[in-house]
Amino acid sequence: MPFSTLSEIKDRLDAGEATAVAVAKIYLDRIAAFNGDLNAFVDINPAHVLEQAEASDAYRAKHGARALEGLPIAVKDIFCTQDGPTQCCSNILKDFHAPYDAHVITRLKEAGAVLVGKTNMDEFAMGSSTETSAFGPCRNPWDIERIPGGSSGGSASAVAAALTPAALGTDTGGSIRQPASVCGITGLKPTYGRVSRRGIIAFASSLDQAGPMTRSVKDAAMIAAAISGHDSMDSTSVPDAPAIDWLGACDKTDMKGLRIGKPKEYFVDGMDTGVRAAMDTALAECEALGAEIVDISLPHTDAAVAAYYVIAPSEASANLSRYDAVRFGHRCDNPDDLTDMYTRSRDEGFGTEVKRRILTGTFALSSGYYDAYYIKAQQVRTLIRQDFIDAFKTIDVIATPTSPVTAFKLGEKTDDPLTMYLSDIFTIALNLAGLPGLSQPCGFVDGLPVGLQWIAPAWREDQILNAASAYESATDWVKAPVNFGGET
Amino acid sequence: MDIDVKKVAMLSRIRLTDEEAAELGPQLANIIGYVEQLSAVDTEGVEPIAHPHDIAMPQRVDAVTNGNRRDALQAPAPKTESGLYVVPKVIE
Repeated sequence: MPFSTLSEIKDRLDAGEATAVAVAKIYLDRIAAFNGDLNAFVDINPAHVLEQAEASDAYRAKHGARALEGLPIAVKDIFCTQDGPTQCCSNILKDFHAPYDAHVITRLKEAGAVLVGKTNMDEFAMGSSTETSAFGPCRNPWDIERIPGGSSGGSASAVAAALTPAALGTDTGGSIRQPASVCGITGLKPTYGRVSRRGIIAFASSLDQAGPMTRSVKDAAMIAAAISGHDSMDSTSVPDAPAIDWLGACDKTDMKGLRIGKPKEYFVDGMDTGVRAAMDTALAECEALGAEIVDISLPHTDAAVAAYYVIAPSEASANLSRYDAVRFGHRCDNPDDLTDMYTRSRDEGFGTEVKRRILTGTFALSSGYYDAYYIKAQQVRTLIRQDFIDAFKTIDVIATPTSPVTAFKLGEKTDDPLTMYLSDIFTIALNLAGLPGLSQPCGFVDGLPVGLQWIAPAWREDQILNAASAYESATDWVKAPVNFGGET
Repeated sequence: MDIDVKKVAMLSRIRLTDEEAAELGPQLANIIGYVEQLSAVDTEGVEPIAHPHDIAMPQRVDAVTNGNRRDALQAPAPKTESGLYVVPKVIE
């Protein structure tokens, strides 16, 4: 059971072979046994989990099953929940209890899901390794000396080690896909505007998007179907987003007629040789399934990381100005005056990486530099988006590695922020363009998972799901780590 | 580039200790140095975008839809009194 997919658990619940309470107990036991090694969960309330499971079993008995009835789903500590603390893994939000649920949390509850707990993350989702968490680093179940990726590292680690069958993450520059890649699971970032951002603690509002992290492509589709849709309370939630058949898109077992773009800018020197070999094998597999591989160019790829590290910190500096120690969050002891209260509370509450990003953004937006940095980055953003629009005139999907390297060791990149930023080199561009992307397992190098990233035009998650489902049905790369109960 | 990190920190309303400023200053210069490669991209005549989709952000009707939740919404505040937020004295 523990390493089952959400769909398999759903089938057993629907067949009456298991109850939501029994399923919840399996995962609660695993969390109790393994979370000490991984630090994947930062808040867990077993009694509340069991209450939800009991309520789900009662609902099923009386009314029948909803879409996610009785299925355990963990959520990143960035989602506001009325139950339990929401701390964004930051000291500035220590012991914060949200007065309302995020829209996606409401959607999960309405679908009958059992919310398992809050997962570890980089503070305010700023990081690629889950090392900047105020609750200590999270670890990768494939090698606990290594990082689980980030910023949704806790969700990735928890799903990879089967402490939960599925989780929600958020993705601003790769924070769902990169941890999914290095932990050997599937992660989907929907099209920007597909999922409401209301109640998701804001990092960079024009980039942030929530999505599922799961053990199969279909599981990701099940959750995406439940959480997507217009929300009038989020002005960036798109009211007339084209609907797709999420589950139907997962029935594909071949790639006949599929044109896959292979961008030359993503296959360059510096990529780990093992990752490159895994990619070559994966693309050969796609050809064997009937796909045509087309060489393409996305000429402004090189500028994406630079544009991102202007735009995201700029938006972050504006968003995080709300932590003023007045309405919520940490307030320093005995402030002399208002300025002392602001500056000292923020110094005490924010970690170093968050300060770095706020300072970077404040500088880029400051008088005399605004045009040279912020406006320039937004122009480059237009060019990056146009690159994708042009490429999709001749192809259906794009395939790339999700990350140029496998999981690195804890502490390996913490001394040099810029090196850490370059971990997201293959994931950032599609956030800037607002496109959907998915990472799925496509091999191992020295026992560490490698991820294959799919990119589609805006609103065409179905094309991604078609390709990823076909690839998944023809391969066997979703594994269980031996040290956490998997078989050798 | 020479960046006055203390000035940027004050604009950000973050107090930095001297040690923090000594660490963050060079890192900030390094990050800004990296993003300066944007200046090499030809953006002549290119419109800047702030949002990935070309849609107007719709506004909803300005109406209360969830009742009076003042107590719940003020519960996370560090200090309140009679429904007001309390801050250090502003006027001498």
